[in-house]
Amino acid sequence: MSIVMTTRPPEAPSNKVASFKPTLLQTEEHHLCPGCGEPVAIRLVLEVIEELGLAQKNVSIIGHGCYGSFIMTMDVDSTLCLHGRAPAVATGLKRMRPDVAVWTLQGDGDMTSEGLAEILHATARGENITCILLNNGVFGDTGGQMTASSVIGQRTKNTLEGRDATYHGHPIVIGDMVAAMPGSAYVARGSVHNAASIAATRRLIRKGFQRQVEKKGLSLVEILTMCPTGWFVPASGGADYMMESLGKTYPLGEIKDISASE
Amino acid sequence: MRQVTRGTLVIDADRCKGCELCIVACPPRVLTMSRAGNATGYLYPELAPGCTGCTACQQVCPDFVFEVYKYHEPIVSGSDAERMQ
Repeated sequence: MSIVMTTRPPEAPSNKVASFKPTLLQTEEHHLCPGCGEPVAIRLVLEVIEELGLAQKNVSIIGHGCYGSFIMTMDVDSTLCLHGRAPAVATGLKRMRPDVAVWTLQGDGDMTSEGLAEILHATARGENITCILLNNGVFGDTGGQMTASSVIGQRTKNTLEGRDATYHGHPIVIGDMVAAMPGSAYVARGSVHNAASIAATRRLIRKGFQRQVEKKGLSLVEILTMCPTGWFVPASGGADYMMESLGKTYPLGEIKDISASE
Repeated sequence: MRQVTRGTLVIDADRCKGCELCIVACPPRVLTMSRAGNATGYLYPELAPGCTGCTACQQVCPDFVFEVYKYHEPIVSGSDAERMQ
C-alpha cells in the first residue's frame, strides 16, 4: 500500500479544516500517557470557551490530577486549589466577579473521593459555576488507586481482585446525586471514546457553559476519560475497556436540564 | 482500484505516543501504524490514499499530532483515472 507524504501541508489547493491544537492551548506538548482521554476533554472545553466568546473572561479552577499539568499550557486564567476544593474556590470567585465564567476541572478522585462535600454544598447553594468532571475511575496521577467512583469489579492498584461491593463499598454516582438537588441547572454525562461521542460531549459542555451564562445554577458535565495506564490495559484497548466497565455504571446522556423542562 | 482522495493530513510523527486510537477511529480505514519507531521509539500512524478529510483522527488524538486539510478538487487515482487518460 502506498503511503502519502504527511510531513508538510499539501501543495494542491486545499483548506485547513482542523488544526493540531485549540487556539487556547499554547503548545501541543504534554507529558500524559499514551491513550489518555484527558487531553481530548480539555481540548473540547477550550474550544467551547472560544466558541462562546468567553476566552477573555473565564477563570478555570483546577483540582489535583494529571490534568493539572495543563495549567502551564492553557491560555486561560487559572487557579490551582486544595485537593477537591475547586467548587468552594469557584464559589468565592464567582461571587466577587459574577460577570466572569468560572469553571472547575476535577477528576473523579478529586471530586468524589476528596471533595464530595464541596460539590454537594456548591450545588445546594445553587452557585452559577460550571464543573467539569473527568471520570476515569482511578487516581491516575498517583498510579491508579481506587476512587469512590471505581465501578464494581474494576481492577485498580488496591483492588487487585476487582472492586467488591461487600468490602470496598459501592461506587458514588455523583451525576445522579447532583441532578437530584434543586440547585443544579444542568447535569450531563459524555465520553471521549470515539469521534461520535466526542462530538456529542462538545454539545454537552457547550450547554453547561450556556446555563452558567443564563444564571440558571450549577452545571456539572461528567466526561468519561480513558486511563489505560491506571487500568492495566494496552493504550489501544482503553476505549473499549472503558465502555465495558465504566460505561455500564455511568450511562451517557443528559441527566437534567432545567431550561428544557420550563 | 479506483480511489478518491478528498483530504490529507499533516502528521507530527515525533510527538505521537503510539496509542492507535486514530487507527480504529478512521472511517475509510486509511491509517496504518508504521513499522519503524519515531524519535522517541513509538510507532506512529501513516496515511494511505483515500482520506476524506473528516477530522475523526484529529478529534480522538490525545497528543494533537494531526492537522487536517480538505482539497478543493478531489484527487482520483487507480483504474478509473487511468481509463480516462
